[in-house]
Amino acid sequence: MFTFRHAKKSIALIDEFLGKVDQGILIFKEGVTNYLSGNQQRFLDNLQTLSSLESDADLLRRKLENILYTQSLMPQLRGDIMRLIEELDNILDLAKKNLYQFDVEVPFIPVELHADMHQLTHLSVSACESLMPGVRAFFREPQDVKEKLHRVYLFEKEADKLADSIKRKVFQEMTHLKLSEKFHLRYFTLHIETLSDAAERAADLLSIMALKRTI
Amino acid sequence: MILLYLAAGLFLGWTLGGNDAANIFGSAVGSRMVRFRDAALVGSIFVVLGAVFQGRGGAETLNSLGRVDAMAGAFIVSLSAALVVYYMNSRGLPVSTSQAIVGGILGWVFFNKLTPDYGVLFKIVSTWITGPLLGMLFAASLYKALKKILLHSHIHLVELDTWIRFSLIVVGAFGAYSLGANNIANVMGVFAPMAPDVLVHFGLFSIDGVQLLFLVGGLAIATGIYTNSRRVMETVGNGLLALSPEAAIVVVLSQALVMFLFSWSGLAHWLQSMGLPSLPLVPVSSTQLVVGSILGIGLVKGTREINTRLLAGIGAGWILTPIAAGLTAYILLFVAMNVFNLPVLSAVSSAAGEVAQAKNTGTLRIDFILPGVIAISGTIIALLVWAFLKTKQKQLKAENELLLQQNINLESEKELDELNLKNMHAANQELSERIEIMNREFGSLALGLTGQKIFFEEISSQLDKLGQTQLTKEQEVALNEIRSLLQQKMSFDKEKDTFYLNAEQTNKAFYERLEKNFPGLSQQDKRLALLIRIGLSNKEIATMLNITLKSVEVFRYRLKKKMGLEQQHSLNDFIKNL
Repeated sequence: MFTFRHAKKSIALIDEFLGKVDQGILIFKEGVTNYLSGNQQRFLDNLQTLSSLESDADLLRRKLENILYTQSLMPQLRGDIMRLIEELDNILDLAKKNLYQFDVEVPFIPVELHADMHQLTHLSVSACESLMPGVRAFFREPQDVKEKLHRVYLFEKEADKLADSIKRKVFQEMTHLKLSEKFHLRYFTLHIETLSDAAERAADLLSIMALKRTI
Repeated sequence: MILLYLAAGLFLGWTLGGNDAANIFGSAVGSRMVRFRDAALVGSIFVVLGAVFQGRGGAETLNSLGRVDAMAGAFIVSLSAALVVYYMNSRGLPVSTSQAIVGGILGWVFFNKLTPDYGVLFKIVSTWITGPLLGMLFAASLYKALKKILLHSHIHLVELDTWIRFSLIVVGAFGAYSLGANNIANVMGVFAPMAPDVLVHFGLFSIDGVQLLFLVGGLAIATGIYTNSRRVMETVGNGLLALSPEAAIVVVLSQALVMFLFSWSGLAHWLQSMGLPSLPLVPVSSTQLVVGSILGIGLVKGTREINTRLLAGIGAGWILTPIAAGLTAYILLFVAMNVFNLPVLSAVSSAAGEVAQAKNTGTLRIDFILPGVIAISGTIIALLVWAFLKTKQKQLKAENELLLQQNINLESEKELDELNLKNMHAANQELSERIEIMNREFGSLALGLTGQKIFFEEISSQLDKLGQTQLTKEQEVALNEIRSLLQQKMSFDKEKDTFYLNAEQTNKAFYERLEKNFPGLSQQDKRLALLIRIGLSNKEIATMLNITLKSVEVFRYRLKKKMGLEQQHSLNDFIKNL
């Protein structure tokens, strides 16, 4: 009728998955930093690591989905939980895609923009990092989720502002750049910024889920 | 005949099983935390245990309201209650069996022009109000306490889910026991005065005639649970209030506690011995208790979620049930007595509290120790085998579902591959079309060059004719310069270089295939093949290669030979399909 074996296995899978996402976003940050510093070899290592983390996370997500549905665990919550897991997986997926785009398109980033790009990456990654304690809290202390999520919104807003400022600087002040380079920079700013947007989407979902659990 | 009369009680037990068991497991099954078959199994076992071991108190109270001492009378009271409950059940309305049976008894009392014991009636009716109120109180306090515990327990959500399932089963078992203990009086209470005077020994325990009767009633309830409770479970589980699994535990526990208290004779006796007011041993409606409990939770959570329309429907059912059962009993008693001439009242005075026939003729004792031990051992072995097979079946099912899931994933991947293939085909098609267009452009270019060459040849022949006439020295020099310029222009070297460069680039793949399949071809052969592929005529090819038409034919013959083509094969078709 009921067993703790599957519950324990599911918990282990969730924890492992969250660990992968946590590591993945850190690797993304390191990858961008290495790209900007011109450390090609280390950048490629980061790309490799991120790619393998993303594959592992996908595998864990599928395993979790299997166990939740085949063992009929949390019939009322599993849909929401799987959506949350998918949102988190999406963050990792975006991080990998973005880093690949750096590798494929090799964008030219003028030195005067390096500091801004560093900061933007830091803000976007911080938004994702701040999401993780909220996600962990949802499973054990749902009442604490809200207070853990406010940082996500703050970092997301700051990342938005900085991205706008970078785009304005590129198009209005850096007249020496070709139009194609400007477009390229705009896309890469957008790529980095999308991580914080994905974190915000996950945070919105998490807030509702936590609210549903506490009422 | 006795069995026929009992059939009405069994029918009522069956309807009670269908209706009231849903109050215990409805929320759990409705929220999909517990499977119906698990709920039915646990519910059936415990309802029988409760009925046999703790069902006596409620039956005594009902008998003191009106002692139905004739088998036909008991049959009709039971049947009328069962019909009303069944009808309301079939309309999807939660209905109280307790109220139906009380209505039936009152119908019998009034039909026989007897006076009901108003004290007992008041006691019973008061429980219709105190029961739900107590349920509400228990539910509100338990819900608050449970929420507080959960808030500070820091149990992982997935683990909590398993604990909740476990709790739902445990409180469900307690609820089923209490239901059996409290509500068996509704099913078999009216037949209790006519129970056989026997005592059956099972070694560790023994049961008397009334308990045997209750055992049969409990089995009828269990049958009702298995066959008739799913639909009502949905009404109670999902209709009134969208219950969370935590709330479901509280609802079941609070109703189980109230029913247990209203059937616990030990507590009643202890309270009486202490000089305290005791709780009446009265069958209470589990439906009312559920509603009370849900209201209690609703009050804690805020009443926004309560479906008041359904609540009003249930309230109307409470009033209608005893009236309908009473009227049905009255009419059926009239028919039984006047049409079938059945005695619905014993000749002996039926005044409440009066003991019927003296039962001092000696109790029949039956020793059932050995069969009991065999039956229990058999049951245990069967359960163990069942559990083993169940685990195996579950494992197989899980593996099967996993395989199915993997199959679905593979199918998706296959579809994705097919989609990619289609995209590639489309891209290839587009590329082929572009190559075709460019080749046509090259053809036009070659045609233009041929036209220009013809034009220049015409000018050259005119100049030759002019050269044969008498010219001055300066005129001859100028004419020769023009001829030389014309000859240079007629070679079209620059245009041809550009043409070949572009054509080779566009047909790069073709060029590679040509080199791979026919490594012995000369540069001239490859160019000829390229020009054929572009679709140029021999005349155009002659212009492009700066050779005569006859030479083109010779070159084509050689190329065909180098490619190993037979006489009947078309060189053009072969090259175009390469």
